[in-house]
Amino acid sequence: MSGGLYLNVAVSGLLTGLIYGLSALGLSVIFGVIRIVNFAHGEMMVLGMFATLVLFRALGIDPLLSLPLVAAALFAFGYLLQDLMVRRVAHLADHMQFLLMASVAVMLISVCLMMFGPDAQNAQVSYGFDSFAIGPLLVDKVRVYAGIAALIVSGLLFAFFHYTPTGKAIRACGDNYTGALVVGLNVRRLYALTFGIGTACLGAAGAIMLLLVDVHPYLGPSYTLLAFIIVIIGGMGSLPGALLGGMLIGVSEALAGVILQPSLKSAFSFGLLILVLLVRPQGLLGKVSR
Amino acid sequence: MSASVAAGSAGALTVRNISKRFGGLVAVSEVSFSVAAGEIHALIGPNGAGKTTTFNMIAGAQLPDTGDVLLDGVSLAGLRPDQICRAGVGRTFQIVRPFNELTLVENVAVGALAWTDDLAEARDYARGVLELLGLGDKKEARPSSITLPDRKCLEVARALATKPKLLLLDEVMAGLRPTETDRMVAIFKKLNADTGLTILLIEHVMRAVMALSHRVLVLNYGRLIADGKPEEVTRDPEVLACYLGAEAFD
Amino acid sequence: MIARVIESASPRALALLAVVTAALLIAPYLVDSYVLSVLIIVLYFAYVGQAWNLMLGFAGQLSLGHALFVSLGAYTSAALFIKFGVPPVIGIFAAIAMAVVAGCLIGYLGFRFSIRGVYFALLTIAFAEFTGIIVDHISWLGASSGLFLPVKNQQSNDLLNLRGSPTMFYYVILALTGFAFALCSWLLNSKLGLYWQAIREDQEAAEASGVPLFRYKMIAVAISSGLTGIGGVWYAFYYNNLFPETMFKTSQSVEIILGSVVGGVGTLFGPILGAFVLTPLGEILTAATDGMHLDGVKSFFWGFCVAAIVLFRPQGLWPWIYDVLGLAPKKEGKR
Repeated sequence: MSGGLYLNVAVSGLLTGLIYGLSALGLSVIFGVIRIVNFAHGEMMVLGMFATLVLFRALGIDPLLSLPLVAAALFAFGYLLQDLMVRRVAHLADHMQFLLMASVAVMLISVCLMMFGPDAQNAQVSYGFDSFAIGPLLVDKVRVYAGIAALIVSGLLFAFFHYTPTGKAIRACGDNYTGALVVGLNVRRLYALTFGIGTACLGAAGAIMLLLVDVHPYLGPSYTLLAFIIVIIGGMGSLPGALLGGMLIGVSEALAGVILQPSLKSAFSFGLLILVLLVRPQGLLGKVSR
Repeated sequence: MSASVAAGSAGALTVRNISKRFGGLVAVSEVSFSVAAGEIHALIGPNGAGKTTTFNMIAGAQLPDTGDVLLDGVSLAGLRPDQICRAGVGRTFQIVRPFNELTLVENVAVGALAWTDDLAEARDYARGVLELLGLGDKKEARPSSITLPDRKCLEVARALATKPKLLLLDEVMAGLRPTETDRMVAIFKKLNADTGLTILLIEHVMRAVMALSHRVLVLNYGRLIADGKPEEVTRDPEVLACYLGAEAFD
Repeated sequence: MIARVIESASPRALALLAVVTAALLIAPYLVDSYVLSVLIIVLYFAYVGQAWNLMLGFAGQLSLGHALFVSLGAYTSAALFIKFGVPPVIGIFAAIAMAVVAGCLIGYLGFRFSIRGVYFALLTIAFAEFTGIIVDHISWLGASSGLFLPVKNQQSNDLLNLRGSPTMFYYVILALTGFAFALCSWLLNSKLGLYWQAIREDQEAAEASGVPLFRYKMIAVAISSGLTGIGGVWYAFYYNNLFPETMFKTSQSVEIILGSVVGGVGTLFGPILGAFVLTPLGEILTAATDGMHLDGVKSFFWGFCVAAIVLFRPQGLWPWIYDVLGLAPKKEGKR
């Protein structure tokens, strides 16, 4: 009986972990190529969640259907942000980049507060309380859809980076900045594209996440920290690493919530982060050379 | 306290059988040589021959996979770069690495603090070393505002300020004009004659190599292929074949 | 050494320093209680900013977890006072010890395992947040409902127990700020300071010049965390309540570093100037947006100002003001 409980918890943790993974992909892509740590990560995801909420409330569009729209909007936001602001701090020290992104985060929180108020809100879809029964497993429908959607978007991202010329060019920029300049790639545009793609991931992840959690303006920082943990565990810049790390954290958080107190589950994640930083700072799937 | 760049009489270097591989690439393969105290040896070879890797292993910046490095018969194995520096090995970097926000005096004083805790004394000593290297009038400038040859001198000054018994120079003449090269050569000759400072230099500028060195070591593909007097080595057919093209003697 | 600092400064800079010091000394007799409360916060941030700046600005090690050291100092001294009646004048030593031990632990792990730059910063964040969650579950320390110091109507100022009027707290934090400034300027002009700056500029080159990296980085972390811990003691007795929910958070660390970055990292006056700019700016924004009755307006402008400074004055305000006011001595050489 309790074995069944753990299995149920693990499976739903795994599905949530896929969304975490998708969101972490956004952080990883930006860091891997532009070498900027997006400290406004969680806030951008919250922005995506609110955008999805608006579409759901005003036009009744299902969050999963509004996903491409929200991703496109966040892409535009990220593209402009990189080209107008972040680009200008690329040569500055780490703490200046951190502070710029932190101030962007503060501004995003403020905008959400002004527009939506401080209270938690959600999108109540018609299938919100349905579930699939597979043998002893009982899984929420929304979670299954959410997990599948996260997998599809991640798959598209892989395909983009491995099979399209633009994707390959972006990877080339990430591997060798000077080399990319030398062979005549338009690095400035590719960087903006990369940042846009990173934030588009967040938009998609936000849209999906709205199926599972209530959104409020102060939700951001915990998602930022979560994404850091995942990306460092999986390896900064490694895309499969981010997905794997997401699933790992999703499952372990869910299990820790059952075994320990739910409020202690993030202590578990931070402990894991410290351990990975010390033992394998390049992450589980990261490249060894750093 | 004037800048008599005082060094001990010793400084004998013995390199025994050191090797280093990076992944599948063997950068340095079982290299052995020795530099007697008070001598100047040059380490030459084509790009990628393993010269800088050899330096890094002597200075402790990289750990050799095999072999040992001894200074005056004492093994340096397992020591950190700062400990090796304090043991009497000063080094420069091929690409200059000044402390950009510090003045020249402060840059060089960092080196002098290796043997004194008194900052005033370190600064005085640093001024003397800067004078010696012809940077006396730029003492309060910052590295970003001086020329590349001057920055090379600064790199040497910082290493000299540590009062080394053995000085490792990594291409300090590269990019200098012939007159500047001659000035550097004269400085090193004088230091060597006055104080018995042992010098090992990596150099592509043959003019400097021939003028300075008592012996020349040639590395190719990580192996030591020659070790002899300059005039012998430059006649060695193997050396000529691998490295010394006609342009080196113009 | 102090004499040297004074020698190297221009008469104009010394005059300015003297005027500012004198103004701060008599301020409580000139201003109303509101302005005094703002000044107190300014000085608090100037103090902890100075402590943080020592680690990044001098020694080049970026910490984004300084909230941990404030919190450890605060919780240690407060718990000793509440549970055992230990006065803060004694508790402060335990507080410093706690902060230094935590700092050294993080430093030891980070430097021994060669964790650098952003990764080191993330390590400091992780430790702060981790400790926060743990404290959140220790009921002896009030857990998530917070730890409160007894507030009595005090007739007189009791310096040993840190119970008294805002004026007393003002002078305490002013003294601490002055102490930190003097200490930092002395350190910066010592062997330690020169070694730190060498490490900050190029750690491999420093090591090759005989600088033992690990030892000097550890000293920087120890001094920085200890000073910050002292700030925590003051914080606990001034505010009288501590919540893990806010104390250990990265946002608290950001507040600590903000003044230094805005003022100018690596300069002695930067943290002080930054605090004097940012705290009143926050107050002005509060007053200006008060009538709008809209959450978020103030914080939006706040973020906007910080972003503007990062984009347009990336060296901080101090080097700029330094030039504008003509504070430089005749010869070249800043600071």
